[in-house]
Amino acid sequence: MSVPHFRKVAAIALATGLGLGLAACSTKSDDDTDAAGKTIITVDCQPVGAQKNLLQAWNDDVKAFEAANPSIKIKSVSVGTQCANPPDFTARLQGGSMTDIFYGYMTDVQQVIDSGQAIDITAYANKENIPTWDDVLPDAKNTFTKDGKVWGIPTKNYSMGLVYNKTLFTKAGLDPKTPPKTWAEVREAAKKISALGDGIAGFGEYSSGNTGGWHFTAELFSQGGAPVSADGKKADFNNDLGKKVLQNLKDMRYGDNSMGARQLLGWGDLLTIAGAGKVGMFIGAPDATTAIVTQFQGKYEDWAMGAMPGQDGAAKGTLGGGEGYFFKKGLTDDQIKAGLKWLAFEKLTPGKGQFDYARAKAQGEQVGLPQPQLFTPGSASQKSEFDLRKANGNIAPEDFAAFENNPVAIKFEPANAQGIYAILDGAMSAILTNPNASVDAELKKAEEKVNQLLAQAAK
Amino acid sequence: MAIATVPGAGIDVGSQAPVPVDPRRARRNRRIKDNLTGYAFLIGAVICFAFFSWYPMIRGVVMSFQRTRAGETTWVGWANYERIINDPSFWTAWQNTLYFTVLALVAGYAIPFFLAVLLNEFRHAKGYLRILIYLPVMLPPASALFLFKYLAYDPSDAGLFNSILKGLGLPTSQWMQSTDMTMPAMVLASTWMNMGGAVLIYLASLQNIPGELYEAAELDGAGLWRRITNVTIPQTRLILSLMAMLQVVATMQLFIEPLILANGAGSEDSATSVVYLIYQHGFFQNDLNGAAALGVIMLVALIGFSAVYARLNAQQD
Repeated sequence: MSVPHFRKVAAIALATGLGLGLAACSTKSDDDTDAAGKTIITVDCQPVGAQKNLLQAWNDDVKAFEAANPSIKIKSVSVGTQCANPPDFTARLQGGSMTDIFYGYMTDVQQVIDSGQAIDITAYANKENIPTWDDVLPDAKNTFTKDGKVWGIPTKNYSMGLVYNKTLFTKAGLDPKTPPKTWAEVREAAKKISALGDGIAGFGEYSSGNTGGWHFTAELFSQGGAPVSADGKKADFNNDLGKKVLQNLKDMRYGDNSMGARQLLGWGDLLTIAGAGKVGMFIGAPDATTAIVTQFQGKYEDWAMGAMPGQDGAAKGTLGGGEGYFFKKGLTDDQIKAGLKWLAFEKLTPGKGQFDYARAKAQGEQVGLPQPQLFTPGSASQKSEFDLRKANGNIAPEDFAAFENNPVAIKFEPANAQGIYAILDGAMSAILTNPNASVDAELKKAEEKVNQLLAQAAK
Repeated sequence: MAIATVPGAGIDVGSQAPVPVDPRRARRNRRIKDNLTGYAFLIGAVICFAFFSWYPMIRGVVMSFQRTRAGETTWVGWANYERIINDPSFWTAWQNTLYFTVLALVAGYAIPFFLAVLLNEFRHAKGYLRILIYLPVMLPPASALFLFKYLAYDPSDAGLFNSILKGLGLPTSQWMQSTDMTMPAMVLASTWMNMGGAVLIYLASLQNIPGELYEAAELDGAGLWRRITNVTIPQTRLILSLMAMLQVVATMQLFIEPLILANGAGSEDSATSVVYLIYQHGFFQNDLNGAAALGVIMLVALIGFSAVYARLNAQQD
């Protein structure tokens, strides 16, 4: 072949290849039925390979579900250990590359609705498709409902309390069975724990990546406050309650030097320190202990949990949240029903899926955590779940008794939460990194910014 | 054969008379035919640019004038721009970004140049030194920054830099936890990570300077400093000027340094950059349209800077 002719052929081949490649990219690969006529659904949040036990349990559940429902085929997709890491979640959502049934946080509902990528499942969310639906907590359902329309199915819920390291408590001469109940007691305990030295912080707190604002909000709820006014139009933290939140932290950080040298902590930073046994207490949900062990090399036997501390007595509120699954736009009737059936099996049936405590116990996983509590107290599902949990529990009941026996009113995150949290990060980081920062000045600055943000968001 | 007549023209268009060929058109056709192979090879690059550069840019501009709510996209004029300009962190982000750019221009521009000059003077171990200087570029930026975050910038006395400072009897620093140190610390890490490429480019340019010029300067009694200012800098002016522009455009897009070293905004917003603000709006605040508007503002600012810079340079030439 002559050189010019070869070049022509090569060029044409290249152009054709690129054309075919692009055509292949646009081919729809996720059909709703397979050759055998089975309904196919793709589902995300399959555990990753490193979560060996959880992955094994998921795969076993898929097999069992498919055997019980021969007309349905589940295709599992793993999207990382933190299934709805905000940037990844938003990218998938905006790109329309989510699975048919996709995982998200309660706080993602507005974003999911705005994206136009999800389907309203009001007509399907019922007892016929999810046998335990009537037993699911109305509050949990409400978090996925907007203007009377159901956009998602809740599969987990949490509320915050005081997570603490029993081993460090014992070493510091504190009673690991009676965790601090007030912020003053937290401060005293933090002082004793940090006196152990070796880089151990008595109390750990977030102040970056929007997590500082998140925890400021949780601690403000504990004081009886709220980040925004009831109508959501104005900041409502530049008051005595907000000042107490920051003053408590400032006293521990610079008054007692009991919070460690490293600040500007984000979610993974604090849990890494916790996994290494270098922090005595922090604010978190019960599943923080699971994360510390499964993702940050900690030990279950080190951790326990108390109720959210209050200022002078019991906390007046705590921050709650949850997660669930949404349904992608364009699914067929059969796919939606198949998705609901799967969620009912895997997430909302006592004794199955996430509530298969016997299996979790056999795998050496932690069983007996007080949350999730997805079912209404007194309902048949709640009783059944409770009995199974008690029968298979492998954690010392007293480790979470202080949390479980002192329920605190759960408050949910405000609209525009992430924007507000980003601003409040500024106040939290100032108090935790600058000994000269003024509580009053930081709150005032943050208030002005939040008001500006809310005014713009309303436009 | 049916004969048609164009009304009013009186010309028989159905005849077999030869149609006159437009010579320009013929030339163009021939040129296209001759270059067909070239065009076919170009398709790949054009498709890549079109899909991955031009389309996203155009889409970004379009999105910056739209708002998507409840799956409905509407045109909103300048509303996104108004909202983003009124964002509480908008001006802080620009101030921080410009501060970083100025600092990075001083450090990231001068240090590699002088390192290249020094390297050029060495007679031995040049190759090894070049590898040593280029090595950090081969490290993934995230890994390099984590090294700085957890080893060098640890604010306790156990941190690498603080141990050195303490060993020298100097006061230690809070590094990323100090609003005053945030930017210098980010510039230091960024310069260390990125200067290898610049050093090699400067070195290549230095090696193109004819040796006679230095010999003449030495005969005239010029020392090292005079040789640099009177020979090296004038002879490398073109490359220095290009690198300055590239440096400004790259540093204005500051993102990974605040994201990793400061977990985003840093202490009291001292690390918030324009691109980090875009990321916050796009991926955390359910405001892709606001993020697109800020992206367009950044694009216009950089195009404006590049145009003015190129014009000033052309005038100098």
